[in-house]
Amino acid sequence: MKLMHVLAVAILSLGLVACSKPTKPDETTAPPADSGAATSGLGGEGATGAGTSTATALTPQQQALAAIQQKNVVFFDFDSSEIRSEYVPVVAAHAQYLVKYPTARVRLEGHTDERGSREYNIGLGERRAQTVRRALLAQGVAESQITTVSYGEERPAVEGSDEAAFAQNRRVELVHAQ
Amino acid sequence: MQPMPATPKSRATAALMALAFLLFATPGHAQLRLDITQGVRDAVPIAVVPFGGQAEGGANDIAAVVANDLRMSGRFAPLERRDMVSRPTSGAEIRFEDWRLLKSDFVVVGRVEPDGAGLAVNFELHNVRTGASLLAQRLPSTEKGLRATAHRIADLVFERLTGIPGAFSTRIAYVAVDGKPPAQRYRLIVADADGHNPRTVLESREPIMSPAWSPDGQNLAYVSFESKVSAIYVQQLATGQRSRVSARAGINGAPAWSPDGRKIALTLSRDGNLDIYTLELATQTLTRVTSDEAIDTEAEWSKDGQSLYFTSDRAGNAQVYQVRLDEARRAERVTFTNSYNARPRMSPDGKQLALVTLDRGGYRIGVMDVASRNLRVLTNARQDESPSFAPNGAMVIYATREGGRGALAFASSDGAFQQRLSSDQGDVRDPAWQPFTAPR
Repeated sequence: MKLMHVLAVAILSLGLVACSKPTKPDETTAPPADSGAATSGLGGEGATGAGTSTATALTPQQQALAAIQQKNVVFFDFDSSEIRSEYVPVVAAHAQYLVKYPTARVRLEGHTDERGSREYNIGLGERRAQTVRRALLAQGVAESQITTVSYGEERPAVEGSDEAAFAQNRRVELVHAQ
Repeated sequence: MQPMPATPKSRATAALMALAFLLFATPGHAQLRLDITQGVRDAVPIAVVPFGGQAEGGANDIAAVVANDLRMSGRFAPLERRDMVSRPTSGAEIRFEDWRLLKSDFVVVGRVEPDGAGLAVNFELHNVRTGASLLAQRLPSTEKGLRATAHRIADLVFERLTGIPGAFSTRIAYVAVDGKPPAQRYRLIVADADGHNPRTVLESREPIMSPAWSPDGQNLAYVSFESKVSAIYVQQLATGQRSRVSARAGINGAPAWSPDGRKIALTLSRDGNLDIYTLELATQTLTRVTSDEAIDTEAEWSKDGQSLYFTSDRAGNAQVYQVRLDEARRAERVTFTNSYNARPRMSPDGKQLALVTLDRGGYRIGVMDVASRNLRVLTNARQDESPSFAPNGAMVIYATREGGRGALAFASSDGAFQQRLSSDQGDVRDPAWQPFTAPR
């Protein structure tokens, strides 16, 4: 349970970091911090009871996954594929999970806002996905655990043609295989 | 060919026109309607009189289709029906004085009549001032084929009066998207150039993009994410038969047919780096064209098939480059006006490139003369993209935004006018104009 403890601390501190900065687009889409998944992940009792295979019992891996999935989107500045500092811990949490569970897989889905030409935006979305991929690799995740896809501007998270919508659409989603 | 007469009197009339023309669409399809968004300067006044032998206002109202086509071209200002004082259906019935008073320069009349098992459509084009007959033809048709016959009449009238073949009988392909993120539905649609007769040729829960016509106008290449990653497909429209021509690891994007129809240029990625390749369809022979660490994409063939134009941000911002398909494969930058130029599309005569350009803060459609590199901006909105030339080169269709949704629009290649073909439901985007399908 040591790792669970470390993870829990990491997640809590992530939450504090998130709360201390001005409103970011991802906070509006993230589930509340006291959601059921997070609570069971921090408690841990249900998952350790081997043999008690109830429908709600989560394995440690499932608990860890539920925890990191609360923050599974990295947002980008306009025409940039650099990971902003506030998302470095988000990527690090996913890296830790993937290193801890080498059979786990993640799919990095790169997106852009709607401005500019469509196929060029496929390129920009791919560049963002590759930036996150390189960050995961640098933290010890195996290449075989990662796939990337770029949707460019084709799959917006939100509708709208204002800066608020654009900011929520410039992103990489870290999608874990269940 | 006779030159277009100068008609200053038409300007005021045309500038006042703000009518929306509701077009019909198959149920379940996005409805497209043609709006006049900018006063048409120097549009020629013409009267297209309701044809005899058919009811006015029906879906196959020939005169309505002809008038709409001519209006869509931006070069003609058809007379409103309510202003017509007579309904001649043949040249002999025309009282030219009536049309002179109505300030029409030309008049089109005609009638539909039974012809064996089918129909025949007679039509005539007359010069109002001189009374001269400029065209008189009898076209075989059927009840179902009346719209197609009407487009053909518009083609002939347009060519007789401008010297440019009409493109009203061709079609457009585009992508329509319904639903809100993330539950969106994507459809690839082929419709007549006026937006009528939309037909869904592919439907998917995953994105569809970048339709590209084969040079013979019989096939579409496009990108589909239906297998959760991008792949390029080629679909024969007559049969619906399709094949997946590229599903390599990473990106498969931006297909463009070679002028001989044997190859497509496409964008592939290795470790996230996008480069241009050519793929010979019959043999699946893949040839790498660019190898730069930048984004290289959106290839378009030169008219002679010896080089490719493409978008690259190798110099920092997206610009258009040209690369010869020889051993050296040296890429040369061709756009120097504005900080963003992308998605080049060749004019049918090979002399101009339509592209997306960042002009005074807005993404707009520009046309660049290849020889002089002079860039002319055609549009004035904020998010115009995906230009595609009409097969006669006279117009460009492109995607724009209207009320927060995607819409299609036309601009004349000389920048004189823009018109919108907007959708009542969902987003429409990514238009591609079909080439002429038969020798003319």
